[in-house]
Amino acid sequence: MNLMGLFRSPQNELEKGGKEAEDQGIRNSCPRCGVQLPLTDLQENLNVCSACGYHFRVGPRERVFFICDEGSFQELDSDLMSRDLLGFPSYDQKLRNAKLASREKEGVLCGAAQVEGVACAVFCMDHNFMMGSMGTVVGEKITRLFEYATQHSLPVVGFTVSGGARMQEGILSLMQMAKTSAALKKHSDAGNFYLTVLTDPTLGGITASFAMDGDVIMAEPGATIGFAGPRVIEQTIRKKLPQGFQTAEFLLEHGFVDLIVPRGGQRQAIAQLLRLHGPAVLNPAEKEKEGAAV
Amino acid sequence: MSAYDKVLLARAKDRPTGLSYIENIFTGFMELHGDRRFADDPAIVGGLAQLGGMPVTVIAMEKGGDMKDKVRRNFGAPNPEGYRKALRLMKQAEKFHRPVVCFVDTSGAYCGLGAEERGQGQAIAENLVEMAGLATPIVSILIGEGGSGGALALAVADQVWILENAVYSVISPEGCASILWKDPKRVKDAADCLRLTARDMEELGVVERVIPEGEGRDFAPAYAQIKEGLLALLPQLLAMPPEELLEKRYQRFRAF
Ligand SMILES: [Zn+2]
Repeated sequence: MNLMGLFRSPQNELEKGGKEAEDQGIRNSCPRCGVQLPLTDLQENLNVCSACGYHFRVGPRERVFFICDEGSFQELDSDLMSRDLLGFPSYDQKLRNAKLASREKEGVLCGAAQVEGVACAVFCMDHNFMMGSMGTVVGEKITRLFEYATQHSLPVVGFTVSGGARMQEGILSLMQMAKTSAALKKHSDAGNFYLTVLTDPTLGGITASFAMDGDVIMAEPGATIGFAGPRVIEQTIRKKLPQGFQTAEFLLEHGFVDLIVPRGGQRQAIAQLLRLHGPAVLNPAEKEKEGAAV
Repeated sequence: MSAYDKVLLARAKDRPTGLSYIENIFTGFMELHGDRRFADDPAIVGGLAQLGGMPVTVIAMEKGGDMKDKVRRNFGAPNPEGYRKALRLMKQAEKFHRPVVCFVDTSGAYCGLGAEERGQGQAIAENLVEMAGLATPIVSILIGEGGSGGALALAVADQVWILENAVYSVISPEGCASILWKDPKRVKDAADCLRLTARDMEELGVVERVIPEGEGRDFAPAYAQIKEGLLALLPQLLAMPPEELLEKRYQRFRAF
């Protein structure tokens, strides 16, 4: 399944789907229920299957488009790019491929934005860039975002999607977990709000660092969330995993997620959470409205 | 010696484990048990001890002695309650302003059903954040295997030291070879590429000190060096105002 083409103009006939596809209307089949979904319907429905509610993975710019007020997003640190710091075989090539696949320079998009008028700092990880793996640049961008948010007393809203650490950067990748944790600790100690939205998949070093550190942790329905990947666990325990293990719903049941919000409701829920983390003072205008409703 | 030889040495059965370090470096160790949430994880041992007459909180991953003990300790692969016990003891140390010394030796945090159900990722994440802000000195020493996030969860410290033949890596060479090259036989290449030896750690600025092991299996000189080093360093760290200590710790990890 290739969703890359959804939010940019097609580059060639193949991406356009060719003449035949044009005639019939391009369709994608839902990996969960198998229903054929016309691309235009899927796009309109925020890339959620209208039949079964399956959430297709979406890129960071689509996330920003879904969540942030139009024109409010101002990208930060857009030019930071990874280098092959350890001389790891074929890492350079993988980086080039990832840039082509994602049309981004690295695996996380960061910026300042507004959600229903509330200013915040936003990061969105990118599954198309080496499955959102965290190397030094992803760690650096997220750290800088927290430092920026601390400096400007802004809440942080972070969308996670990641297979974990970036092996090609070895121990330097592991150090990013400590670096980002230290930065978000400063942000938190200064009394700022941090909301994470866990999307499919959120695994490994991301779960074991900033994904699980939100003051409030939201998750997308059906997302796989865990520390160890499902295959690693199966190899360790030599058994098949039970149905529904490590889903967002499983984490909710076990007390590790605050709420599950379908994509269509996220903008409103995020805005509400941001407002509810404003100063706890009476607002005469709002008080009036609440009174009138009774 | 190749990087993979180092990996094998770090995993060697006759290599001293966490408790040996505690017994040989500190006096009067009193083990304290449990995370006050769920259970006591024998893969992490923690408690109070003395060093040069000074109270210290000591926490060590422990792989176990004989086979029965290894099984009981889950071969040193901690569950979330192990990390939560460690954090409880660290918070205690902060309250009474005594230093924390951690010994790290694990192939990784345990990858099991219960571990996931009880929030392995959350437990590690919480330790990273809390250690970054713990207002008392922390020194972590990698004594064998430093397996990824499960090791880092006891290694967000003011200084990190490593034994000469210990390793520290984001993933095991086996895992790396099978994920990246779909070829488990390429473990040696993976070990080289990952840059996981003590020398690599020194070069990359991940550790402040490499503790020589010398010839053979006599670790007495290593214990002595660690003891001497801690006796010199801990008073300096304790003398620092907490804000300065924490800012230095922040900058230490900010540099990566
Ligand atoms: Zn469907």
